[in-house]
Amino acid sequence: MLAIYKREMRAFFSGPVGYVFVAIFFAVSAGIFMSLTVQKGDSANYQNYFTYVIMLCIIEIPLLTMKLVSEERKMKTDQLIVTAPVSLFGIVMAKFLAAYTLFGGSFLVSSIIYYIPLKAYGTPESATYIGSVIAVLLIGAAFVAIGEFISSLTENQFLAAFGTVAVLALLIFAQNINTYVNSEFLRRIFSAISVTSRFTYFMYGLFDWASFIYFLSLSALFIFLTVRVFERRRWS
Amino acid sequence: MIKIEHLTKKYGERYAINDVSFTVERGEIVGFLGPNGAGKTTTMSILTGYLSSTSGRAEVDGMDILEHPTEVKKKIGYLPEVPPLYVDMTVRDYLEFIYDLKCCKLGKKEHIKQICDTVKISDAMGRVIKNLSKGYRQRVGIAGALVGNPEVIIFDEPTNGLDPKQIIDIRNLIKELGKDHTVILSTHILSEVKSICDRIIIISNGKIVADCKTDDLDGAVRGNRRVLVRVEGPRTSVPNAIKRINGVASVSVAVDFGDGSCSYLVESAGDIDVRKPLFSMLAQNGWPILSLEPVGATIENVFLSAVGGEV
Repeated sequence: MLAIYKREMRAFFSGPVGYVFVAIFFAVSAGIFMSLTVQKGDSANYQNYFTYVIMLCIIEIPLLTMKLVSEERKMKTDQLIVTAPVSLFGIVMAKFLAAYTLFGGSFLVSSIIYYIPLKAYGTPESATYIGSVIAVLLIGAAFVAIGEFISSLTENQFLAAFGTVAVLALLIFAQNINTYVNSEFLRRIFSAISVTSRFTYFMYGLFDWASFIYFLSLSALFIFLTVRVFERRRWS
Repeated sequence: MIKIEHLTKKYGERYAINDVSFTVERGEIVGFLGPNGAGKTTTMSILTGYLSSTSGRAEVDGMDILEHPTEVKKKIGYLPEVPPLYVDMTVRDYLEFIYDLKCCKLGKKEHIKQICDTVKISDAMGRVIKNLSKGYRQRVGIAGALVGNPEVIIFDEPTNGLDPKQIIDIRNLIKELGKDHTVILSTHILSEVKSICDRIIIISNGKIVADCKTDDLDGAVRGNRRVLVRVEGPRTSVPNAIKRINGVASVSVAVDFGDGSCSYLVESAGDIDVRKPLFSMLAQNGWPILSLEPVGATIENVFLSAVGGEV
């Protein structure tokens, strides 16, 4: 499992994907942070910053996950890892963790760096800041798991990327879509799956167990489904 | 070493393999022969744990592949039809990755160096795989299969798409590997099996249709034994005398050399060998034998007769 993890990490940086991800993440997140807090002179406005970071995931996460499994199938290298003495769960987790390391690492580093000026020139509430960071990390894990699952469904990495963008956009903007939906039933579904509305609790420093479990379950569900896709391919 | 019992794999209603059973002893080189789409790759994929069978069992060293997948996979080195190469890696990184993937404990650097020397890719260790030629890539794939020194090596069409020089090199390499490994080799190239393997298993339409030692090919083909004999003697008397030998089914003139000698194709019924009585009779009559050769079953005969073609 560790071998696959290391190989995935290496793959991110042997091509442009890893660098592009990090560059976009830091450039866009720094821009958002600057415009929302430093330029406005409002050290308490960092909650909105985290909401924008979640939106940034719509383009950033597919970058990481689009090739994760689809490329293995296309290049037939899945035959190497599936016939190696590693469990399917181990394979899926290793890939998940590699992509998540890049996302989580970049986000954590940026969150620490951005906290420094907030603390130096303002009075941020540490609890809400940390709560928001934890929530974004959980949401990122769910998004990476979803991206990996979609990548496992196709050999075409671009199809995987578009699919992931669509699903993440749906989860992020579900609450906004509600405005245009008449059906009560659909509105309830959109409210339930909405990531941003659940994030709001964390943004205000409230630890919402239901949302916490929702994010964790989403990650676990899609990791499980990815394992099932591997498994099904063996039996079909 | 390998035991396959009643293995069946269905894709929908179509059988990829149907009730396939065979065993492979330790140290054997077995050629798995069949036309394209016969079920060779499916059988190998099941054996390596890449696919699961619809029914039946596959065992390696007494362990079922489904019940002990990790242990079985440690014992197998597999080169699929398309070598599973990460083309963005160097040869060294790729082999080290496989070493770690298989959790080997053989001394990484020395083990990989030894494999690279064996498959003759030591000069390409630092090169990125995507820049290598097809022949080199195939060798890197073979090297990958050898990492961890597995007891069983499975090659799926290892010489596919290589040039003649590369084909000879790879065949020699497989022969070398066969000295201390159990090797299963799939191919649809008949001469390859004959030059490398101890035994051939022919599969057609998902079923095993022939299983014999490469040396016993004569017995594997249905029909009569044939001998081609060149004799100096009267063209009318010689065939009549041959016909009278017990067991001879037919005689025909194959070539008239015009110097008083002819080649006769002598066919004997079933499994009867007529060479000795033929020699005695010709000697007694004072008709010298200029040459005598059995017309054995060629591997092509065996293959075509097994898969239902014309011999």
